[in-house]
Amino acid sequence: MSGAREIRGKIKSVNNTKKVTKALEMVSASKIRKAQDQMARTRPYTRMMRQVAGHIAKANPEYTHPFMETRDEINSVGFILVSTDRGLCGGLNTNLFKLTLAKLREYEEERGCKVSMATIGQKGNQFFKRLKTEMKGHVSHLGEEPQIADIIGVVKVMLDAFREGEVDRVYLIYNDFINTMSQTPTMDQLLPLPPTDSTQLRDTWDYIYEPGAEEVLDDVLVRYIEVLAFQAVVENLASEHAARMVAMKAASDNANELIDDLTLAYNKARQAAITQELSEIVGGAAAV
Amino acid sequence: MDSLHCTIVSAQEEIYSGDAAMVVATGEMGELGIMPQHAPLITRLKPGQVRVIHEEEEAEFLYISGGVLEVQPHMVTILADTATRAHDLDEAAATKAKEEAERALADKEADLDYAKAQAQLAEAVAQLAALERLRKSVKRSR
Repeated sequence: MSGAREIRGKIKSVNNTKKVTKALEMVSASKIRKAQDQMARTRPYTRMMRQVAGHIAKANPEYTHPFMETRDEINSVGFILVSTDRGLCGGLNTNLFKLTLAKLREYEEERGCKVSMATIGQKGNQFFKRLKTEMKGHVSHLGEEPQIADIIGVVKVMLDAFREGEVDRVYLIYNDFINTMSQTPTMDQLLPLPPTDSTQLRDTWDYIYEPGAEEVLDDVLVRYIEVLAFQAVVENLASEHAARMVAMKAASDNANELIDDLTLAYNKARQAAITQELSEIVGGAAAV
Repeated sequence: MDSLHCTIVSAQEEIYSGDAAMVVATGEMGELGIMPQHAPLITRLKPGQVRVIHEEEEAEFLYISGGVLEVQPHMVTILADTATRAHDLDEAAATKAKEEAERALADKEADLDYAKAQAQLAEAVAQLAALERLRKSVKRSR
């Protein structure tokens, strides 16, 4: 019966693992709803911000903000990478890093650019640190309800680098939440601000700026970029929970399968032991 | 009568959306009263009250802790801040993010060890699984 006992121990341990994955799955399932709520709450602000930024782009200011000027020569590129703090979420981060690496290589090797990075989230920082990518800023552990205040610093690091000419282009990379089953790694250009899709020619009007065009535009554009980054953080959070839920569901299913197999093996071993015992008894009786 | 659509949003929620006869807010250069057909204007807001005045109903009072006000002839948009903003505060946040990156870089050693241990663990688990499979198949064939 020794084989059967071993198998029973194994079944127990798989069962324990299943409990953990099941619990993680349920936790993610409840958190995903919260994250989606937050996404919905952030959306009006993002939409209005986009609208205002669109108006600004259409206005005819006497002053052009540096964030809107495209530089002819691109010598260095900055990435703001939004990733998760924790693992166990399937291929979410891996797919994101694959995209990032592809872009990084493209800029580094083909165009000979210098690449630097600011990371939001633990995983991205760990991964690219190992590749010796220059880290300009980092923030992690934003919790379940990230605030815009949490990311002001890390965004500002990149904005300052852009202002001072240290980087000529800034990209934002994150997982776009489409639905529970699919999240796509996405890369958006943050700086210089891509022209809005409206094909309209610039109107001839301009704003009244209080106090001055430079200050107000700077304020608005900085907030605009922050809110884009914030939206990315929120999307990424929802993606994380969705991916974890799916991954943990798969793990639970696999555990069930394993338990079925092991139970079969256990029953067979038990049966074999009984048969053996019986034949021994019969053999013994025959001998007598 | 011209109408004025007023939207007040913050990153956390939509605070107010609706028509108004006049919107009064505290701009950085002083109090502003916006009525329909106002010239396009964009300004920073100081922390303070925003009054949304209606034709017939009572006026509504809201408090915002700063933000940006944009005016188009038939539209007022207030983008309220959820974070307290000041140049020094932003600067401090940026410095902190930089320090965080440096600190993360400094404990590279620990991280590397951790990664190595993780790789070894994954290898051991794979070996165990392979052994288990082998044992099972042997048992089945028996």
